[in-house]
Amino acid sequence: MKRIADFFKGTYLGLMLLFLYAPIIVLMVFSFNESKTMGHWSGFSFKWYEALLSDATIMDALWVTLSVAIISAIAATAIGTFAAIGIHSMKKSPKSVVENISQLPMVNPDLVTGISFMMLFALLGIKGGYTRMLIAHITFNIPYVIFSVLPKLRQSSNNLYEAAMDLGCTPWMALRKVVIPDIMPGIVSGFILSFTLSLDDFVVSWFATSGIQNLSIYIYSIARRGISPKINALSAIMFVAVMTLLLFVNLRSLKEEREAEKQIKRL
Amino acid sequence: MKRTVFAYPYIVWMLIFILAPMLLIVWYAFTKNGAFTLTNLGAALRDPIYMQVLARSVWIAFEATVICLLLGYPIAWMLSTMKKSTAAILYVLFVVPMWMNFLLRTYAWQALLDSAGILNSILAFFGLPPQNLLYTEEAIMLGTVYNFLPFMVLPIYSVLVKLDKSLVEAAYDLGANGVTTFFKVILPQSIPGVISGITMVFIPAITAFAISRLLGGSKFMLYGDLIENQFITLGRDAWPVGSALSFILLVLVLISMAVMRRAEREAGEEGGMLW
Amino acid sequence: MNLYSNIKKKIALILALLMIAALCGCVGGEKATTLYVLNWGDYIDEALLTEFEEESGIKINYTSMATNEEMMVKLQEPDCIYDVCFPSDYIIEKLVAQDLLHELNKDNIPNLVNIDQRFMDLDFDPGNKYSVPYMWGTVGILYNTTMVSDPVDSWDILWNEKYSGQILMYDSIRDTMGVALMKLGRSVNTRDEQDIKDAEEALIAQKPLVLAYLGDSIKDRMISGGGALAIVYSGDAMWCMDENPDLAYAVPKTGTNLWFDNIIIPKTSKHTEEAEAFINFLCDADVAAQNAEYIGYSTPNAPALQLMGEDYINNETYNPPQELLDKCEIFHDLGDFITVYNDAWNRVKSYVG
Repeated sequence: MKRIADFFKGTYLGLMLLFLYAPIIVLMVFSFNESKTMGHWSGFSFKWYEALLSDATIMDALWVTLSVAIISAIAATAIGTFAAIGIHSMKKSPKSVVENISQLPMVNPDLVTGISFMMLFALLGIKGGYTRMLIAHITFNIPYVIFSVLPKLRQSSNNLYEAAMDLGCTPWMALRKVVIPDIMPGIVSGFILSFTLSLDDFVVSWFATSGIQNLSIYIYSIARRGISPKINALSAIMFVAVMTLLLFVNLRSLKEEREAEKQIKRL
Repeated sequence: MKRTVFAYPYIVWMLIFILAPMLLIVWYAFTKNGAFTLTNLGAALRDPIYMQVLARSVWIAFEATVICLLLGYPIAWMLSTMKKSTAAILYVLFVVPMWMNFLLRTYAWQALLDSAGILNSILAFFGLPPQNLLYTEEAIMLGTVYNFLPFMVLPIYSVLVKLDKSLVEAAYDLGANGVTTFFKVILPQSIPGVISGITMVFIPAITAFAISRLLGGSKFMLYGDLIENQFITLGRDAWPVGSALSFILLVLVLISMAVMRRAEREAGEEGGMLW
Repeated sequence: MNLYSNIKKKIALILALLMIAALCGCVGGEKATTLYVLNWGDYIDEALLTEFEEESGIKINYTSMATNEEMMVKLQEPDCIYDVCFPSDYIIEKLVAQDLLHELNKDNIPNLVNIDQRFMDLDFDPGNKYSVPYMWGTVGILYNTTMVSDPVDSWDILWNEKYSGQILMYDSIRDTMGVALMKLGRSVNTRDEQDIKDAEEALIAQKPLVLAYLGDSIKDRMISGGGALAIVYSGDAMWCMDENPDLAYAVPKTGTNLWFDNIIIPKTSKHTEEAEAFINFLCDADVAAQNAEYIGYSTPNAPALQLMGEDYINNETYNPPQELLDKCEIFHDLGDFITVYNDAWNRVKSYVG
């Protein structure tokens, strides 16, 4: 019985993963295609990888994408974590006002967010494409951090902070030594989610900025003339890099877990 | 020192970069040459096409949410019953596809579904007749589910993994079968995660970008396309009506958020974590 | 949960290191004049940008967009940063009407003499006060010769039920409404509501036969054999026929829409002289030939076409005969009347049969 259940489980998860990974496999396979068209195989070739490395525009776009994703995720995590700590100790009605407004960027269509940023930046006279993109990304990331951290704060005890203060901690120390370690998983989730969203954003970035492009904007704009397999090649490299990294991290934790188990057994 | 102080930098940020842009949209929707007017909203409500398109978008988003829930809940449940290390690896596997560019993944679906494409070649290999898969309503559904499934799995998983397993055992001990245990013990406890999941899927799916264009062949216009059309194709003169269309959507979103909040409160637990 | 946070912590650490690297990369950078260029994606041979930078000492910031309308939004921003842009014909009219363009100083663009006189002084910019033609072409029907047996010489074939589910139309108001209007023998610039109504009905009648209304992906579908008939621009047709020899391109005998992408300088530009130098560079015969060969679209530059050789000169897709061009029509800006087109187009696209 259990074996049947396990078999069923494995098949189901396998099918779901196949569903999620099918397009990615296609992308990677066609990065080795001789021809420029996805879905039309005409021979094996490394030429798109060679072309990719000498394409300054793509490399610039990659740079913008990664740096904006990292900086905006870090900034949003910092602002958002403190915001969540503050919001958590607010009184009921200001709390719900702030929470509701914070949800706006999560639920608003990207297009509307993008256009409203464009109007705002023009109004405020904020120039510089990179600054604009950073502000926009930080803004749509913060709510995800707040709503990742808030549940963790609700789970952790308020008394800890008070106790730390009673024992002579400054608020800053109490925060650093007691509260933040307690809510760390939420903070890290918020960071990763921010990073993911920033990496993939097209609509907001396009409208909010001028004179700068991330990978999404680049991909969207070259689509009129056909997406180059260079982009497939880039995705394949990024995918393999991410996978290797995650596997490496996972295998290490797996090993640590095994050793921990062994020690428990020995005891 | 009050801890509320920690939120002040964010509140300043929020007022400038979240609230102010929204007010700009509302201002555009309700003014003409600086004076208050309802004509833009009227124009957005009067045209039957706009409402038809909105209804269709909400319906597709609803269907996609149901499918995501039906597919995603079992995934979350299976992950939550596994050994932590295995679950961790699988969890990561469900997140990683979201790190690949969304437009590219959608282009890859085109290559898969194309009538001369990869899936049909596989069908042909087994001697099966070719299917018309791309540019159908089903293709839009597939694209939407594909794009939002992880957002359903993750919050449900994060609730299920914290669920007290002894309750489940207790239910079995008391003679409940699997089905009863699920509906009486597991499901009620996972409601907060389900609600988070639904919010994360349903609302963005209403205005999902590019899916109807790339997989539906633009034959099934959705609300996002309509708003885009107003703001981009028609240019600045159409911004007031475009803003009015966005405003309608915003009201709709706020209503559904209020409903979710209520459901959440009735479930008596705080929301499941996103990740 | 501890386990995940452990993993996440490590990822965070690695990302933080990446960021430090990113910050280091951002520091430094010299102060030369920078021209902000906004073009269609993949619509210039980027080797030429480097060549221009080396020749002139002017730096180029090159970004791209996907539609005329998106570019219009950017150019209308009061603090538009761009110095050079490449909009199409009817957009130029709109930009001129809104006084958003810089009047070119032709003393700075001596290479203008290279542009074929046939393509100068067109309706959308009399006397080329504001714009220089960059690329041009026709709109026509790309078809798969293994699937289409009838002669392709009229728009009517796109309404032929034999090809139900195999027809690809453009997801663009002006192009697809234009095809319907041309099929009905009306002007693509009509401002007659009855014409629009007829075109709308024609497109609704056609909708059950249409596989999809697409943008760029028309080319991929046609190359992979996923469609029998499609509307494409002539330059794209050249490339598709290269990739798949079963494909052929035809322009209906009654004529078609003739289009031009042009180089302009926005009024807000602070580096107009440098921008004009860049335009002059692009109009150089060798440069234009290299660029046109890279892009695959027809060049309006006469000596460049000569340099490209017989293959291009004698190709009717690339260089259509004058008698066809005489029957063609160029898009004009429709002003407020575009909303009538848009409403009709919305009804076509949201029509469910």
